[in-house]
Amino acid sequence: MKVRIQFSKHGPLKFIGHLDIMRYFQKAMRRAEIDIAYTGGFSPHQIMSFAAPLGVGLESDGEYMDIEVLSHNGKEAMKAALNAVMAEGIEVLSVRMLPEKAKNAMASVAAAGYFITFRAGYEPDFLNEKALQQFYEKESIPFVKKTKKGETMLNLKPGIYELRTEGKGVYMLVDASSGGNIKPGMVIDAFYRENGQKLPEFALEITRTDMYMDTGTDKERRFIPLRDVGEDF
Amino acid sequence: MNKLALTDEILLQVEKPARYIGNEINSVRKEKREGLLRFAMCFPDVYEIGMSHLGIQILYDMLNHYEDVWCERVYSPWVDLDRIMREKKIPLFALESQDPVKEFDFLGITIQYEMCYTNILQVLDLSGIPLLAKERTWEDPIVIGGGPCVYNPEPIADFFDLFYIGEGETQYRNLLDIYKESREQGWSRREFLLAAASLSGIYAPAFYEVSYHEDGTIAGFHPTEEGIPARIEKELVLDMTNTSYPEKPVVPYIKVTQDRVVLEIQRGCIRGCRFCQAGQLYRPVRERDVEMLKRYAVTMLQSTGHEEISLSSLSSSDYTGLEELVRYLLEVCREKKINISLPSLRIDAFSLDVMSKVQDVKKSSLTFAPEAGSQRLRDVINKGLTEEVILEGATKAFAGGWSRVKLYFMLGLPTETEEDIREIAALSNKIAAAYYETVPKEKRNGRCQIVASTSFFIPKPFTPFQWAAQCTKEQFLEKAYLTRTAITQQLNQKSIKYNWHEADASVLEGVLARGDRRVGQVILKAYEKGCFYDAWSEYYKNEVWLDCFRECGLTVDFYTTRQRSLEEIFPWDFIDCGVTKTFLQREWEKALEENISRNCREKCQGCGAGRYGCGVCVQTGEGEEAV
Repeated sequence: MKVRIQFSKHGPLKFIGHLDIMRYFQKAMRRAEIDIAYTGGFSPHQIMSFAAPLGVGLESDGEYMDIEVLSHNGKEAMKAALNAVMAEGIEVLSVRMLPEKAKNAMASVAAAGYFITFRAGYEPDFLNEKALQQFYEKESIPFVKKTKKGETMLNLKPGIYELRTEGKGVYMLVDASSGGNIKPGMVIDAFYRENGQKLPEFALEITRTDMYMDTGTDKERRFIPLRDVGEDF
Repeated sequence: MNKLALTDEILLQVEKPARYIGNEINSVRKEKREGLLRFAMCFPDVYEIGMSHLGIQILYDMLNHYEDVWCERVYSPWVDLDRIMREKKIPLFALESQDPVKEFDFLGITIQYEMCYTNILQVLDLSGIPLLAKERTWEDPIVIGGGPCVYNPEPIADFFDLFYIGEGETQYRNLLDIYKESREQGWSRREFLLAAASLSGIYAPAFYEVSYHEDGTIAGFHPTEEGIPARIEKELVLDMTNTSYPEKPVVPYIKVTQDRVVLEIQRGCIRGCRFCQAGQLYRPVRERDVEMLKRYAVTMLQSTGHEEISLSSLSSSDYTGLEELVRYLLEVCREKKINISLPSLRIDAFSLDVMSKVQDVKKSSLTFAPEAGSQRLRDVINKGLTEEVILEGATKAFAGGWSRVKLYFMLGLPTETEEDIREIAALSNKIAAAYYETVPKEKRNGRCQIVASTSFFIPKPFTPFQWAAQCTKEQFLEKAYLTRTAITQQLNQKSIKYNWHEADASVLEGVLARGDRRVGQVILKAYEKGCFYDAWSEYYKNEVWLDCFRECGLTVDFYTTRQRSLEEIFPWDFIDCGVTKTFLQREWEKALEENISRNCREKCQGCGAGRYGCGVCVQTGEGEEAV
């Protein structure tokens, strides 16, 4: 049976990178005595896959992974068992059973929501609802992405599904699919440039709020959180 | 949630910020309160190395079981963070509370290898603690050193208030109680150190003075205070079963060197290889009860979630309950999909059978440590491994599907000749030949891979070779070239790969290992000139070290290439490590005569450790002097 697990990542744990979080959960499964399925062979691995890596330094309320289990005592027991062995800063928020035919978390991710605030001393005075709205309504939002081979010009606009201020911060819903992933810093960087400013390093505090799959059509997107694909058990 | 000592900006700039945030699974946090003793336990190297050390895990667990003590961990910040901390004047902190080390009652430093000595100074310096013990006040923690290197503490004596000689499980409670009393009663720091120095196993270097002969050797070593013991006897655990061992070791987030449950099955070794310091220091060999080990294996796997368990000891094959323990672990681990790693196992039918069950033979390699190429030299070093045994083991392994063999040798052993070195190549060749004889062509998957590695022999205190001369750098390199040439002349040379260690660092390690108190000023100067992380070849600055020796008026050769006379007083002679100097001398003489000594189970050699009345000395009914 496939199970989708949603978890949060806060505080000092934001400095643990993606590969180490995978190792962390492999050990956590053993500590919690989850009856997880393994691959065969000489070095069996837990059947576990993550939706999308979270960059070092980012916090999150919407991380997802799928695992395969051989037996269980219901979702509440599984959630409680996992939370009993978590480090401070990581909490399992939901546990859902996936339909057999469901796409895995990684393939499902279409968009991610981010809430961005500015570190003390870095707050931009040109940020307000109107300025951000004007920026968002532009035909095209160019961004120069530096790669190993050189620079590529991107247009971020089609991948930004929502952009608004929220309190003193910014909320955005952006493309997080493997083909068109947009990092929230790219959007803020473009907004700074629009205002003739350069985004300083370390200015942003970013929280991924959730990850979504697209259940709509080519013409009209309909985003639902990854956890809503599953059902209770 | 815990506030971090470093800002996000800093943590995002440095490599592997997870080294500095603490908060790992099973790390211990306590409520700060009046009277809580704060103990910072430090391994003076980078986190991934320090976190792999079993000793700290044992002491961390033991100290945190004391209700009135909070023990936290400290490691050397890596060079990137070191630079930032100096620039921004950020004091070094302990991982759990993120509080500055300087605020602690104790800073305990475990010293596992000589090449970390400058990192000790880095830790003190970043903490804002005076490097020299004599300049410290009650504003500073008590700095106490432990671990194998403190069996010759003299080169670093100036930097420590106290040394703990021997195994840490036994004496800390008493030391902490004296400390508590001293603070409650308002004693001076000196009064506390004096009281501490009367405890068995505790050495307070400030209360001893050394005098030298004109030729630089030691004339005398005496306590300067009334009531301070002239000899320091090592501490050891008499009963390895009913003692402290961690049920819940700390689980790091990042991959560390020893990323697994470590089960110490016994302490000590019966073998008595004459180059090996650990083999003497941890006498007599003491086993843990197999039922205890089974219980701990299950508990520790459960509490950590590790996917691998490793048995730890100097020679696992000599553990009497090995077969029972391994069969039990195989069963438990198969169920839980856990790997078993079995280092330091003799290659025989049993170990090959076990290994074929726990690892992929195509990918894994077998390890032999003949240490010397010829039987003659193996007799000199008392390495009871014969060519016949090696070839038999290798042949069995090749038949079982293995095709990779690692061989470890030492160059520069006492009495070594060119012929002995050529035998390294010859033995490697014979093992390769055994592969081609054993495995028919159609079953081969290309060539076999024999990797021969040599390290340079460094005489260590409290070994029969403590009197021996160490080679110069030039001699070392010559020997390495000779080995390489000899290997290229072998028939199967294409199946043999040869690696050798760097010679510069081996020379310095030799000085630090057998150095006296005067070497301390060289270490201090080298640190002041920017040396640290000397154990990392990319940061080792040999020229700077040589300059420092010159500036301090000391020569490297005095400490390394000089063969000591039997009358010489060694800097470490005031320590009683359990085995007697008479025994070591007897072994030194037997070595030169190419005579072997049998192991502790076969025949007691009267080393002196029998007086503890524990371990193998009791099991074999020995302990009395028998030569």
